[in-house]
Amino acid sequence: MSTARTVLTIAGLTLREASRRKVLRALAGLTVVLLVLSAWGFSRLSAESEFGTLTSGEARLVASQLLNLVMFGLSLIAALGTAFLAGPTLSGEIESGISLSLLARPVRRWAVLAGKWLGLAAFGSGFVVLAGLAQCLVVQLTVGYWPPQPVVALALLAAQTVVLLTLGLLLSTVISPMASGVVAVGLFGATWIAGVVGGIGEALGNDGVARVGAISRVLLPTDGLWRGAMHAFQDPAALLQFGQEMAGFPFLSEAPLTAAYLGWAAFWVLMIWGLAAVSFRRKDL
Amino acid sequence: MAADPTANAPAGAASVGASAAGDAGRQAAAQLVADLPPAPAVWCSGLRKRYGKRQAVEEVSLQVGRGEVVGLLGPNGAGKTTVIKMLLGLVTPDAGEAMLFGSPSADPASRTKVGYLPELFRYQPWLSAAEVLALHVRLSGVSVPAAEQREVLALVGLAERAGDRVGGFSKGMQQRLGLAVALVARPEFVVLDEPTSALDPLGRADVRDIVLSLRERGVAVLLNSHLIGEVERVCDRVVILDRGRVATSGTLAELLGQRELRLELTGVTPAAQARLAATGLVEREGDWFTVALPADDAEDAVPDLVGDLVAAGVRVHAVEPVRISLEERLLGILRDAADAREGERA
Ligand SMILES: Nc1ncnc2c1ncn2[C@@H]1O[C@H](COP(=O)(O)OP(=O)(O)O)[C@@H](O)[C@H]1O
Ligand SMILES: [Mg+2]
Repeated sequence: MSTARTVLTIAGLTLREASRRKVLRALAGLTVVLLVLSAWGFSRLSAESEFGTLTSGEARLVASQLLNLVMFGLSLIAALGTAFLAGPTLSGEIESGISLSLLARPVRRWAVLAGKWLGLAAFGSGFVVLAGLAQCLVVQLTVGYWPPQPVVALALLAAQTVVLLTLGLLLSTVISPMASGVVAVGLFGATWIAGVVGGIGEALGNDGVARVGAISRVLLPTDGLWRGAMHAFQDPAALLQFGQEMAGFPFLSEAPLTAAYLGWAAFWVLMIWGLAAVSFRRKDL
Repeated sequence: MAADPTANAPAGAASVGASAAGDAGRQAAAQLVADLPPAPAVWCSGLRKRYGKRQAVEEVSLQVGRGEVVGLLGPNGAGKTTVIKMLLGLVTPDAGEAMLFGSPSADPASRTKVGYLPELFRYQPWLSAAEVLALHVRLSGVSVPAAEQREVLALVGLAERAGDRVGGFSKGMQQRLGLAVALVARPEFVVLDEPTSALDPLGRADVRDIVLSLRERGVAVLLNSHLIGEVERVCDRVVILDRGRVATSGTLAELLGQRELRLELTGVTPAAQARLAATGLVEREGDWFTVALPADDAEDAVPDLVGDLVAAGVRVHAVEPVRISLEERLLGILRDAADAREGERA
């Protein structure tokens, strides 16, 4: 009962922090820039296809790629935003002494951690879903393309954000505020690159290189979830038609996510959260 | 002094009763528990903490009874803040145990009736002062009406700034807010770690009045302050820490009970000197003699001594009672400890 109150109070506080600090304005600004740029790009694309240089299949494939590219930008913004919100929370508050009076209240530390996590997850997912939806609408209005599974795609993007912020929380219980944000974003980028490398390996039929992507997707599920989201955004018919030529291209994904992988991602989040709770429990303030 | 507070734990006693003879046994046990004296506000025994190579706290046992005001004194780095954090379950001790109101301070519920003003702290800079108080009230689980929260802000002199963001507060204003946070959830035990370090003289007087009013209401206080005069005025008892150990502890009467007498004398004979030495330790500066008086029969010591001196033919020009201040006593204790360490090394 009182533990639930602690979780909800801290979650509310975290949301209030996100809404009152400059992070939110920076995020909103970047998102608007990205949406406007993509609207301009897509309107150019539709102009090209009207002039007949692109077939309708080609146009849909290009639209899929571009949509994925812009969504990647969005997920990057979300990743940066949440990592730099999640990173400084615990270690920053311990450093500045905010935790000292907060944790002297009759609250369980894991409940405070759960509240932070919940607030950040709500914030990050909310952002991704809203901005992603806006982007889908931009594409619909400019080139008339609507992704096949927008709900799945947005949910997977939100899941990717949650994975990253959970990692950020764990890091922030062990290393300094800035470092945890930087490390989380660095790992996120490294996994993405490993995924691209793995994709090239697959296209070339080189198993060793392909394994790089597979392993990194297990270690940090952000890239795997991102690929699932791409798959749900892109046009399946166009991919079938041109798939062979485009193998290994980083902004197309050949296969949907398996249930096993989703299960692993959920377990991964739970495990990392548990580690963060253990590390936070014994921390001296 | 350090009665075992585990004996007061109601849960343990009740379960023994239940297994023995059902309801009657349980009632008897409940009665037994009700008759026990209440557990002290805080009790700790054998606390130790090491940070890397530095032993911050060697071995500390202390207790603050219900409604008692205790001063925690000692030089910088003595381990006062570390001890306080261990008492509140914010730092895990390497050894020893700490209890708040009879339950282990690792259990969050034990902190329900505790208010804490940390030494180095900040509040969420994006919240207003009133929002910080509301947050702490929610987390404490006590329902405190908004009007009462405003009263607490007024008490620390922040009534006009209630709606302002804490980020724009000066250090002194933050400390006032910290005091309000410590007081807002109707605590029965308040821990103040250097509450006056950033305050103006007026603020210091406010803190003194606040501690005195807490004492009147029966709220226990543990006060760590370098303003020894203030400590002397408000505390029932003091604990002096030095290098992670309790150097001395006791009531003010016990610590300051030792009084001195300054006498200006001429014509002092060896017999008169012997009479002086028989009273207590004597220090001489020219014609001025300072004699330590025994703590026990303070009533007769002075007239007896003066009478005997006059009878011995000594001319007595002046007799001045000297009261040792807590500050002098503190310095004396710390110097003695340093000398003892020197002696050991030599
Ligand atoms: N978090 C910490 N990390 C390392 N050393 C610490 C830490 N906290 C306290 N210390 C050390 O422990 C000793 C006692 O510190 P502290 O309890 O703050 O003393 P006081 O409050 O009496 O001035 C000091 O030598 C200090 O440097
Ligand atoms: Mg201190």
